[in-house]
Amino acid sequence: MDAKVEFLLRLGDNALVLGHRVSEWCGVAPVLEEDIALANVSLDLIGQTQLWLGLAAEIEDQGRSADDLAFLRDAWEFRNLLLVEQPNRDFAVTMMRQFLFDVWHKLYLQALTQADDDQISAIADKSLKEVTYHLERSQDVVIALGDGTEVSQTRMQSALDRLWPYVGEMFLTDTVDAALPGIAPDNASLRDAFDKVLAQVMTEATLTIPDSSFTHKGGRTGAQHSEHLGHMLATMQTLQRCYPGASW
Amino acid sequence: MVTMAKPDVCQIMHWLDQVPDPEIPAISLVDLGVIRDVQWLDDMLQVTVTPTYSGCPATAVINMDIETALKSHGIEKVALKRQISPPWTTDWLSESGKVKLEAYGIAPPRPAGGPSKCPLCGSSAVEKISQFGSTPCKAQWRCTDCLEPFDYFKCI
Repeated sequence: MDAKVEFLLRLGDNALVLGHRVSEWCGVAPVLEEDIALANVSLDLIGQTQLWLGLAAEIEDQGRSADDLAFLRDAWEFRNLLLVEQPNRDFAVTMMRQFLFDVWHKLYLQALTQADDDQISAIADKSLKEVTYHLERSQDVVIALGDGTEVSQTRMQSALDRLWPYVGEMFLTDTVDAALPGIAPDNASLRDAFDKVLAQVMTEATLTIPDSSFTHKGGRTGAQHSEHLGHMLATMQTLQRCYPGASW
Repeated sequence: MVTMAKPDVCQIMHWLDQVPDPEIPAISLVDLGVIRDVQWLDDMLQVTVTPTYSGCPATAVINMDIETALKSHGIEKVALKRQISPPWTTDWLSESGKVKLEAYGIAPPRPAGGPSKCPLCGSSAVEKISQFGSTPCKAQWRCTDCLEPFDYFKCI
């Protein structure tokens, strides 16, 4: 597959899979304001998905649309990070996952606004504004719940412990990135800035960053998704799978 | 064949200024700053539109409303061009739009990051309820004097 298409699928699939995950809270979040906030974050991510997958489809030039890419590919064709496909479990896991992703996402998009490709830098520019706003909120929530009650602190710590092994994949680089000099940001170079934000926020949230560098891999290459992605796609894609081409 | 004289761009902007935003009908699409350019390409009118938020569901309705409005003024050939760069900013909200928003009960955006006063009673004692609100462009705030919650137009 063309390296640029693969690269765009990674961006689009991160936004799509996390956008869908977050939308699972719609109507069942702990309080109304959080329900609305989660739905809004989800909406932004789905909007970004349309831009990234739309461009991927255009460059791929196989007659597929952004919708086709979202609804008619199977799990092994997805290129999202393992972190974003992890199930919501509770509000603590949902918000910790959001925070970890938002910190990386913002740094990544910032780098991408400098890409030597007008269409890619334009989408990055547009997304960055929304993601900056997402991070403001997820950071506030992580601090409020971490430095909250005994129960919320315990839950946030256990969320961080659970998700920590999925952090490392965000900073991996492979041949797809190498094939796109001037476009693909150097992932490894973002790690210092990420660690700095994390250290500061976790201190304020009275949470302890796990002392382990073990990393699950295989999401961004599609080689080894977790079993959760297939279940999520079964729900997300059911309409198009049952009624191909259905529209309204 | 007699053809209608092409209305000039000022006239067209005036027409578009009569088209309300589908989610906040107190202001027009021109007030919202989403109409970036209007120009004739031969006998086709090209309107360049930018989305506020990338996932804003109003975008499709906005496009439809633009076409409908222009057709009602006799312009048959309309091409809508989506432009995402430079990204939409609340700096493009018109001054009259900000006044209309406040009169409608929505505090206008401020670079300081929050409303200066309650749009209902005018008190400056306000606090944030949530960064997000009923549409992608709004956040929820509350006045601690009159105790009414109100919408704040996010500054981005």
